[in-house]
Amino acid sequence: MGKTIAEKILSEHSGKDVSAGDYVVVNLDFMYMPDTSSPLTIDLLREFKMDRAQYPERTVFMFDHCVPAPRMEMANWHKKVRQFAEQVGAKVHDVGDGILHQVAAESYIEPGWIVVGGDSHTCTGGAFGALATGMGSTDLGVAIAQGKTWMRVPETLKFQVGGEMPRGVYPKDLILYIIGQITADGATYHAMEFCGSTIETMDMEGRLTLCNMAVEAGAKFGIVASDEKTREFLRTHGREKAYREVRPDPDAVYEKTFEIEATTLTPVVSHPHQVDNVKSIEEVEGTSIDQVFVGSCTNGRAGDLRLVASILNGKKRHPHTRLVVIPASRRVYLECLEEGIIKALVQAGAAVNSPGCGPCAGIHLGILGENERCLSTTNRNFHGRMGDPSSFVYLASPATAAATALHGKITDPRKVL
Amino acid sequence: MILRGKAWKFGDGISTDHVQPGKYFHLRGNLPELAKHVLEGAREDFPALFAPGDFVVGGRNFGLGSSREHAPTIIKLAGLGAVLAKSFARIFFRNAINVGLPLVICDTDQIQEGDELEVDLEAGIVRNTSRGAEIPFSPLPPFMVRILNDGGLFYHIRKHGDFQIE
Ligand code: SF4
Repeated sequence: MGKTIAEKILSEHSGKDVSAGDYVVVNLDFMYMPDTSSPLTIDLLREFKMDRAQYPERTVFMFDHCVPAPRMEMANWHKKVRQFAEQVGAKVHDVGDGILHQVAAESYIEPGWIVVGGDSHTCTGGAFGALATGMGSTDLGVAIAQGKTWMRVPETLKFQVGGEMPRGVYPKDLILYIIGQITADGATYHAMEFCGSTIETMDMEGRLTLCNMAVEAGAKFGIVASDEKTREFLRTHGREKAYREVRPDPDAVYEKTFEIEATTLTPVVSHPHQVDNVKSIEEVEGTSIDQVFVGSCTNGRAGDLRLVASILNGKKRHPHTRLVVIPASRRVYLECLEEGIIKALVQAGAAVNSPGCGPCAGIHLGILGENERCLSTTNRNFHGRMGDPSSFVYLASPATAAATALHGKITDPRKVL
Repeated sequence: MILRGKAWKFGDGISTDHVQPGKYFHLRGNLPELAKHVLEGAREDFPALFAPGDFVVGGRNFGLGSSREHAPTIIKLAGLGAVLAKSFARIFFRNAINVGLPLVICDTDQIQEGDELEVDLEAGIVRNTSRGAEIPFSPLPPFMVRILNDGGLFYHIRKHGDFQIE
């Protein structure tokens, strides 16, 4: 019987021939954590006298949610993590390097790997044909100390997407559409495999956006088979040697297959306060917006900022709508600086902050006040996610974000392209 | 193990942001203090309402969202006995077992706010003593029961030196 990508990689790593429903213990290729969950991991490792790293060279701590430290407490978390990383020989990406999933994509993740991260959006890395999933502080602690973890081999849902996406429609619209269809728990405990001609022609940035949001449907993994696009991305990031082909067997068994015709898609918006509350742009157009945020591990990459800058091109944001932009990583930031994208954004009235998560998790750098509405390129719109519990978050593509920033209300990007 | 307490009802889709609101981010280094705000994001006065051993009773997809383990940890630290829901989000599910917080997947429509419950984890039965109803549930996978009985994943590893999955 053929295997899905998840079954293949879990079989390889456990040394057994496994299929969906089996439980396995697997060796880990890469473990990484943000500054929010690592302090608790470190406390636990110390408490249980397991403060060591089985594979220090594969253990990475990233500072991203609270950078530069907005409060004393967080400055002290950072101190604790730096000290621990030094003690166990693990690597640190300090303030300004970027959001953990972006840094992991640029510098570490390889096709065929099993990756665990102390953050729910670790599934982003599945874009490489890898298995990457988020876990809590205890699981990560044990993973760091033992170099392995346990997993249940998931059933896989296949998303077969064909055709060219229409003008004004982006990978963000596609994944929001899918989540709207299957709902926020439609893929719980499952792997989501994205394939078909639309995915084959999609660049790595788009694939990262798709896999990033798999967890918003409850999935354990979002996965795209590796191919020439993967190789090209690895090559431009100085890691071509890491390339290998990872694909499902032609006769792999899927729990369910969803067929999507990309040519019929339109721009969509996820309405507060649930990600699966997805509406067409027409239904929400005209809603006044206090802040537009462009950034995050979902849509803070160079292509996203380039698109926003090209739409704003020489114009100014609406006077009543703040525009906050945060490049996802130092590499993205540099690329945008060199291309003049940052300059164009600043001239258009954006507040550009240094790489990190910023307002996405409601910590700092643009959190919302009472009853304020934000249109955001991020991945979650839960109650109070970006600030005051009475505020509203609308999720959309960078193009919709740019159109909205220009007009001060939710605007169909096809009108400004 | 039989747990007894009163039911506090919550709806579908209670996220980890509801359990540990983002505005208390800075308290993450101080878990007892953070626990004083448990579930405030879903019900502002909740921390003042419940008694030790009481149950959180949710609907579908309890614990979705962020991987923050602080969410199940503060439910346990605050003295709540278990979380009952129709389904749980994956990461929350693992985290809860890892920190020794019992979870029960059952038909929570049969439970109303204030009902007195007895949860028999071994037998897989929730007895709703206020209504004289018995709600069956499937026990957790044996490996997860072992982790729970050991007190959580770190205790499990300390005791056995490795995952006892077989
Ligand atoms: S950008 Fe937002 S979703 Fe992504 S890791 Fe940071 S806080 Fe989480």
